[in-house]
Amino acid sequence: MYLQLAWRNIWRNTRRTTVILVAVIIGIWSMILLGALMRGIAAGMIKNGISTLTGHLQIHHIGYRDDPAIETSMANPQMIENALTLVLPIESMWATRVRVNAVASNARHSSGVTLVGIDPLSEARVSFIGKAISKGRYLEQSDPNGILVGAALLDKFETKLGRKLVLMSQNTSGEIASRAFHIVGIFNAEMQATEKQFVFVTRPASQQMLNLGHGISEISVILPEKTDISAIISALKDALPQDQYEVHSWRELLPFQTAYLRILDGFIWIWYLVVFVAMGFGIVNTTLMAVFERMREFGLLKALGMNPWWILRAVLTESFLLLFSGMIIGNILAFLSIYLLSGIGIDLSAMAAGAEYAGMSRIIYPAIEFKDIMMANSIVMLLGLLVSAYPATKAARFMPVKALAHT
Amino acid sequence: MTIDVKMAWRNIWRNPRRSILTISAIAFSSLLLVFMLSFQFGSYETMINTSVKIHIGHLQVQADEYLDKKTIGLVVPNPAAVAAVLETIPQVEAYTFRGQTFSLVSSKQRTCGAVVTGIDPRREAQVSRLKKLVRQGRFLSEKDRAQALIGKLLARNLRLGLGDELTVLGQARDGSIAATVVTIKGIYSSSIDEFDRSAIQIPLKTFQTVYAMNDAVHEVVIIAKSLSDVAGIKRSIESKLLALENQKPLRTLDWQELMPGLRQGIEMDLISGMIFYFLLILVVAFSILNTFLMAIFERTKEFGVMMAIGTTPGRLTKVLLIESMTLTVIGIISGILLGSMMTLYFQSRGIDFSGASDLLSQFGISGRMYPKLTMLSAISGPMAVWAITFLAALYPALKVRRMRPVDAMRAV
Repeated sequence: MYLQLAWRNIWRNTRRTTVILVAVIIGIWSMILLGALMRGIAAGMIKNGISTLTGHLQIHHIGYRDDPAIETSMANPQMIENALTLVLPIESMWATRVRVNAVASNARHSSGVTLVGIDPLSEARVSFIGKAISKGRYLEQSDPNGILVGAALLDKFETKLGRKLVLMSQNTSGEIASRAFHIVGIFNAEMQATEKQFVFVTRPASQQMLNLGHGISEISVILPEKTDISAIISALKDALPQDQYEVHSWRELLPFQTAYLRILDGFIWIWYLVVFVAMGFGIVNTTLMAVFERMREFGLLKALGMNPWWILRAVLTESFLLLFSGMIIGNILAFLSIYLLSGIGIDLSAMAAGAEYAGMSRIIYPAIEFKDIMMANSIVMLLGLLVSAYPATKAARFMPVKALAHT
Repeated sequence: MTIDVKMAWRNIWRNPRRSILTISAIAFSSLLLVFMLSFQFGSYETMINTSVKIHIGHLQVQADEYLDKKTIGLVVPNPAAVAAVLETIPQVEAYTFRGQTFSLVSSKQRTCGAVVTGIDPRREAQVSRLKKLVRQGRFLSEKDRAQALIGKLLARNLRLGLGDELTVLGQARDGSIAATVVTIKGIYSSSIDEFDRSAIQIPLKTFQTVYAMNDAVHEVVIIAKSLSDVAGIKRSIESKLLALENQKPLRTLDWQELMPGLRQGIEMDLISGMIFYFLLILVVAFSILNTFLMAIFERTKEFGVMMAIGTTPGRLTKVLLIESMTLTVIGIISGILLGSMMTLYFQSRGIDFSGASDLLSQFGISGRMYPKLTMLSAISGPMAVWAITFLAALYPALKVRRMRPVDAMRAV
């Protein structure tokens, strides 16, 4: 009954209620939408980081991360793979790689690159390269001379598909090994830096070139969704000899993205509070107005014996209904906009260099995170009620005689 | 003070609580905008300055296409002529020459690829921060020939320390093999990983001999007296270079062309900032629209009487607009004052972002960030607030013109 009363009371002045409702709606809508966009930027960064050879976790020989060289490779990958089969959940996938710094050169140019020796089949399931070929073909299982080169590197080297590219790197005995490859495929990546940095050959070809035998540099693992990565990591650490191997999660492997995630939470919080304060002034003012123009009414109710607490409750109920309607419409609008944007995304290609500078992917898709939505709504509701308590106590404390005399 | 202003002023204080709340809303949003814009501008300036000072410079004169291709053959053949031009431009603070090419560098144990840069030690120290970034050993001096500086991460990868020898092997400008041995004289750390991992610096003279450059260089790097001089310097260099007869055209590039990523990154940050600010101002506008609306609807009767005794609707609109604009202006001015005070406080103290230093150091920002109060950052945000509140005030102020005196006077 008093819900109904409150609902009718707020619609006694349609224009005023609509105006404040619009403020609440824009507030909630912008909180959720911009929050989702910021999460989307972070999700894109991380997805991109994980698929650019990182994976959810990586296993290296101790010291490889400080010093990614041929000496710190893992001579016996079979033993690690056995451990992986035991420890990892069934749907996990992994790829073994050789990964060393090398110099690529052709007749006109030379430049430093990272030589990645991959197992074409398993690599395609783990990292971006399987789906990134824009021209030519992907590597085949036995492809002793084939090499995949990024589009940006190809431009820089003024070369094209089918041409030769010579790679030089240090082999296990400390000498410079060099080998000529034919460019069989060109790949595109989210970042130009990736296209310029990596060249891919088959793992056996790289092992032969570097005299590595069966040795590899790293294993990158993709886990099924919603796996507890830290539990897997500690299980892996137990299963592998600690003095030889290290296991790192993507959080450690991608410090840039992890740092972004860490400040993002704080940033979203601040944004929510700022929007709330902006709308809080409106809520207080509107509620005050609604209370003062009904002074006589409240006075009468009190004169008839109404408990001040009931008046407080009535005013707060009105605020609650107002906030609640605003929240519902705001949420619906926000979800609609997110839904519309999630199809096409926000295309930053026109500013690709800027996006790359900031470490962002070229297309941003909003990403909804449950805790953000909860936070936005509860900030608005709880703080909204809190600030309405001021006009509500005012109303509860009107003296009947004075209030009735008020015109 | 005219009667209209007086009326408006008194009207405002008929309900002090409401007016103060409205003013606070406006002041809050102005304060926030002043602070946030100063913060953004401050961080851009830090980012630009760091990139400029570490390596890039404000402007560079290069051979056409060198920026994209970085081929050793694309040179500035006669740097002395460019220097003569630069000496005539008063806004040029300092300039230096660099030769640069990719080569193999190897220590006893390791080999990897790196960009070998030939620098003029005396001039380089005036242009870039390289000298101050040397953490171990010393910077190159003019007498040095077979000495080199190396980035900390590259030194680690090559397992090199001070005094160790480093072999450089590459291709010279004439296509022959270029090879030399240098000793590590200094190790620097800029905290921008990519820079520290990929470069060594040797004296320009040595570079020119080893790579058969004759007197040519690849880049003439220029520092302007201030960031705002860049465009002017660019124009005057371009016009004077045109007069210099060169076989191959030279190009003058400013920092925005040298680092398109940084410029676009700044633009993106500004645009996203604008979206945030716009939405914020919109929320504020709707929050205070009610105050403005209320100001007329609770006074409908009063307006009716005024109109009946001959006040023109235009005058009512004027009084109402003076009323709402006075509120806005008080709010904005106090917002600017408080915002500027807050900004100045943090400008001298800095804001601690050490939790995100991994992230920020890659953009050349250390753990502390300093907002920078400028005329633009202090005024532009509040002006936007003013414009939008004006629009919000316009609706009720125009609405009053459609009131009919008789109906209005009957209103409760």
